[in-house]
Amino acid sequence: MDDTLKELMNHISSKIGDKMHDCVTDLGEICLTVSRDALFDTLKFLRDDVNCQFKLLMDVCGVDYPERVERFCVVYNLLSLSLNSRIRVKVWTSEDIPVPSVTSLFNAAGWWEREAWDLFGIYFDNHPDLRRILTDYGFEGHPLRKDFPLTGYVELRYDNEQNRVVYEPVKLTQDFRTFDFLSPWEGLPAVLPGDEKAQSPENGEDA
Amino acid sequence: MAQRGTGVGIIQPEIENGPLRPGPEQDLVMRQVTGELQDKGFLVSNVDKLVNWARTGSLWPMTFGLACCAVEMIHAYCSRYDLDRFGVVPRASPRQSDVIIVAGTLTNKMAPAFRKVYDQMSEPRYVISMGSCANGGGYYHYSYSVVRGCDRIVPVDVYVPGCPPTAEALVYGVLQLQKKIKRNGTLWR
Repeated sequence: MDDTLKELMNHISSKIGDKMHDCVTDLGEICLTVSRDALFDTLKFLRDDVNCQFKLLMDVCGVDYPERVERFCVVYNLLSLSLNSRIRVKVWTSEDIPVPSVTSLFNAAGWWEREAWDLFGIYFDNHPDLRRILTDYGFEGHPLRKDFPLTGYVELRYDNEQNRVVYEPVKLTQDFRTFDFLSPWEGLPAVLPGDEKAQSPENGEDA
Repeated sequence: MAQRGTGVGIIQPEIENGPLRPGPEQDLVMRQVTGELQDKGFLVSNVDKLVNWARTGSLWPMTFGLACCAVEMIHAYCSRYDLDRFGVVPRASPRQSDVIIVAGTLTNKMAPAFRKVYDQMSEPRYVISMGSCANGGGYYHYSYSVVRGCDRIVPVDVYVPGCPPTAEALVYGVLQLQKKIKRNGTLWR
């Protein structure tokens, strides 16, 4: 497995190595980082080259790193059925820099890019129909951005006078509270709650 | 007419404890009914009670499965729990349904469509809110895209708690709704 992976990686970097920023193999997966200008050619090469044949675009997802200048990472996951391998291509962008659309290469990209636009506000150039796909009609904001509030800005109610559903600013009777102190995502404390009793203060030995 | 309305059995006090079981008591009632029918050719009953009896016996729910609760709702319709025996038959059209079972998370995007379906149902119409999400947002209470309870959109008659509620719980909810209709159902609602 590792040999085929290494071969494939060498093949890719020998062909399009000058266009790539980075190419790493970790945990048995190849991950390329390319510039926005080189994205289209890279994906075209990966799709059409006889030693790659990544004909399926499995996913296009966005990642938000709010501390970075180019805060969004667009990740393309490709699958080659004939060679039974997968590859990941990453592109960095920001709120106002468009990423070239790959809808002309992969038909599946149409909805994936709409999803990334809807949830992250990543703009795709030359997309034939870049509308929202998941959120409500007339929704404002991009909910998967880190700076989007969890509860959003509006909530719904049926208005008996107007005989229709109306939008109102969110009004919560109780704020959201998190009780998951043990979540590994929040950073574990040095001593877990309850563990402080495991050490007896007299002799300093484990109970 | 001393024993007024022995007929359809709705006015009988026994009906409060369920229908009469086969046996001498039931035979007695049936004999009285047939006797009265042969004698006079008609029966006397209360129209509203007759109507309520008919309504409870054929609660047709609108098929409205929104999320995982829908699976439990389907279980309730299927052969093990068999809501059919209560006259509960799922319908695909709001025009033909009496009750809508909101089974699952009601999102903001779905809410206007849900209200439209509810508005299209003919009176009398009832709503069963099934599961935590439909009752009050549940797991998604603080979400930006979920309605915090379907009672913000339509008036709800019966709340079935659970995440998801078991099929039995839903059947119990349907029975509670039947009880409610029997208790305070009127001709005009």
